[in-house]
Amino acid sequence: MHDTGKILAGLAVFLALATSPLWYASLARSSAAAPRLDLPAAERRCVLPREVIRASHMQLLDEWRTQVVRDGQRDYVTPDGRRFDKSLTRTCLKCHSNEKNFCSRCHDYAGAKPVCWNCHVKPEDIK
Amino acid sequence: MLEKALLGGWKYWLWILGLLAVCLIGGLCYLWQFNVGLGITGLGRDVAWGFYIAQFTFLVGVAASAVMVVLPYYLHDYKEFGKITILGECLAVSAIIMCVSFILVDMGQPLRLMNIMLHPTPNSMIFWDVIALNGYLALNALIGYVTLSAERNGVPPPAWIKPIIILSIPWAVSIHTVTAFLYAGLAARPFWLTAVLAPRFLASAFASGPAILILLCMVIKRVSRFDAGSVAVGKLAVIATYAMVVNVFFVLMELFTAIYSGMPEHISHFQYLFAGLGGDATLVPWMRVSVALAVLALALLLNPGTRRREWTLSVACLAIFGSIWIDKGLGMVVTGFIPTPLGRVAKYWPTAPELMISLGVYAAGLLLLTAFYKIVLSVRGETAA
Amino acid sequence: MINRKEFLKAAGCAALAAVTGRWAAAAETASKAGRPQSAEEAARPRHERRPRASRQWGMAVDLRKCWKDEGCRDCIAACHQEHNVPDLGNPKEEVKWIWKEPFEHAFHGEGHDFEKAGLGDLPTPLLCNHCEKPACAKVCPTKATWRREEDGIVMMDWHRCIGCRYCIVACPYGSRSFNWRDPRPFIKKVRAEFPTRTRGVVEKCTFCEERLAQGKPPACVEACKAKALVFGDLSDEGSEVRKLLKSNFSLVRKPGLGTRPKVYYLAP
Repeated sequence: MHDTGKILAGLAVFLALATSPLWYASLARSSAAAPRLDLPAAERRCVLPREVIRASHMQLLDEWRTQVVRDGQRDYVTPDGRRFDKSLTRTCLKCHSNEKNFCSRCHDYAGAKPVCWNCHVKPEDIK
Repeated sequence: MLEKALLGGWKYWLWILGLLAVCLIGGLCYLWQFNVGLGITGLGRDVAWGFYIAQFTFLVGVAASAVMVVLPYYLHDYKEFGKITILGECLAVSAIIMCVSFILVDMGQPLRLMNIMLHPTPNSMIFWDVIALNGYLALNALIGYVTLSAERNGVPPPAWIKPIIILSIPWAVSIHTVTAFLYAGLAARPFWLTAVLAPRFLASAFASGPAILILLCMVIKRVSRFDAGSVAVGKLAVIATYAMVVNVFFVLMELFTAIYSGMPEHISHFQYLFAGLGGDATLVPWMRVSVALAVLALALLLNPGTRRREWTLSVACLAIFGSIWIDKGLGMVVTGFIPTPLGRVAKYWPTAPELMISLGVYAAGLLLLTAFYKIVLSVRGETAA
Repeated sequence: MINRKEFLKAAGCAALAAVTGRWAAAAETASKAGRPQSAEEAARPRHERRPRASRQWGMAVDLRKCWKDEGCRDCIAACHQEHNVPDLGNPKEEVKWIWKEPFEHAFHGEGHDFEKAGLGDLPTPLLCNHCEKPACAKVCPTKATWRREEDGIVMMDWHRCIGCRYCIVACPYGSRSFNWRDPRPFIKKVRAEFPTRTRGVVEKCTFCEERLAQGKPPACVEACKAKALVFGDLSDEGSEVRKLLKSNFSLVRKPGLGTRPKVYYLAP
């Protein structure tokens, strides 16, 4: 094991490069302001509390799609008893009609790249 | 042990760089396909599987054929194969990796591939093929590594590896059987709906695999100090001869059943292959070459004189390889789709990017094989001075 | 310093832990399905939540009525508009849910030398047969296509399809289409209420299951002015489709294959 020094130095360089996005982001933090989202004017209540939706809307949509496509269950009842159609286009987009200033703005900020719109149609695509 | 693949002369590196260049071109073409879709291939709604899946099928045969050296050596203690079993196992590992790559490049949504594991579906033959192929890959990688390590350390292989080696024998048969079942269980495709498909796949595999191994031994003998020995090569040639005879016999069985029964939906596929159908004779010249090569190979192999002479044996092995590659790698998959179940003669021929992607996969496989053989020969101290 | 063997052992354990952890997480997500539902619905056992009414949707195509106007494409236009089916203008990569095929191809191998003049050329509407024993569903490695027990519809899950095209290979009726490229640019008028598909997945007719859920008939049935397409529940003896089948000579495509198609052709 006479190359220990070289190996350790190589590993250090590798680790520094591999983790570079993390420390770069933490150093450059001040420049990225939280996104301002276009919220629906008419409706103030989403199907679940804002914090839940913000943190886990993707799981909710995932569950909806499985239940609708595979189990034929289309009705969603919120904990406070309101009924909704389990549908991205017919329910979510009805209020959040501005995908660009709502979904995309936050997804871009978070670096998320959902593939929903490869198939589902945004309202602005129709015009 | 792996570092031994990184030591070599300029000829070795030239060969490696050449393969890497082909891989790169194939990779770029794949990137194009990944972004645009499988529309850049010659495939279409009527011929839904083509060149990729055909190469996959051919290579499963090459992988399975390792059993033709493993079985005599480990079950019958045939010592002459002692030097080449590891070569067979390395060939199997490279072939399986090429198989998996061909499946991957054929997927419409490759990023969702893990759905096969997340939603296991035992009624689909693809599920069993995934298990069979990955299992065989793991078995051969493990066996090759353990036996070669033992050889390097100058000790006999550990006892626990023996049952695993024995398990790899039926497993080899299973990979090509399950691959045949992908085709042979479909009511919609009369061309493949034949009980002799799996046996025929195995026969053609056990002819083409040993033929490739003989050719590889001849190449290695020229570029290194390794010599498989004329006894081992001679035995491989006998195995390839028997297998090729059985393979041709099975093909004739298929022709008899189709032609004598006179059922149009069975005859029409053979018509497409050997005579042309509805004005389309795309595969006819190829299939005639395949038949001619099979006849040539049998003539050279059945005659003991030409089977034992090195250059005639190499011609015979090339002929087997060519004949079976055309049959499995070109004719067998596409013809299942032509004519279509609606009685139309669809057209198919691979496009340039499709061929480049396939060449890229083959180059990657050859690269792996070169590295494996380099390691094996280095461990044995038999590389060129 | 640890030796190589120990290092490999540790690395292997770490990799195994990562993989099993992910599977456990996936299993947990799966078991949480239905979490945001109302308390009463979530409390109900799963098998009770799922409707078990045994229906079998089916269709009769009355060729006598259909062939009164051989050039009519109303059913095709309505279906393809409803479901955002692209028009690629290229037979090799064509996507079609319902289409017309000359009778001799629709019923390939059934003709003879002295059949009624011109019969072989008559355009016959074809669609997914929604087989009772679907070959496509049998071969699918991810259950992305399956026969729905409660009403017999052979469904598609476009989120799950990996694009292996085994179902296309297994279907004896040519009813399945693959997206050889992105279909979006080839859809003349996109309908927002129904998703388009993405490149690399297989699609086909679903008997308009999304319309049936709203109590509407399939789009092709509604669009047919000649009333040549009759849709209904085959398990209901009193349904119109059953009555038609009882009193008319009818055909299904390739009955010998054992797939038991549920689209019937009333023959002249």
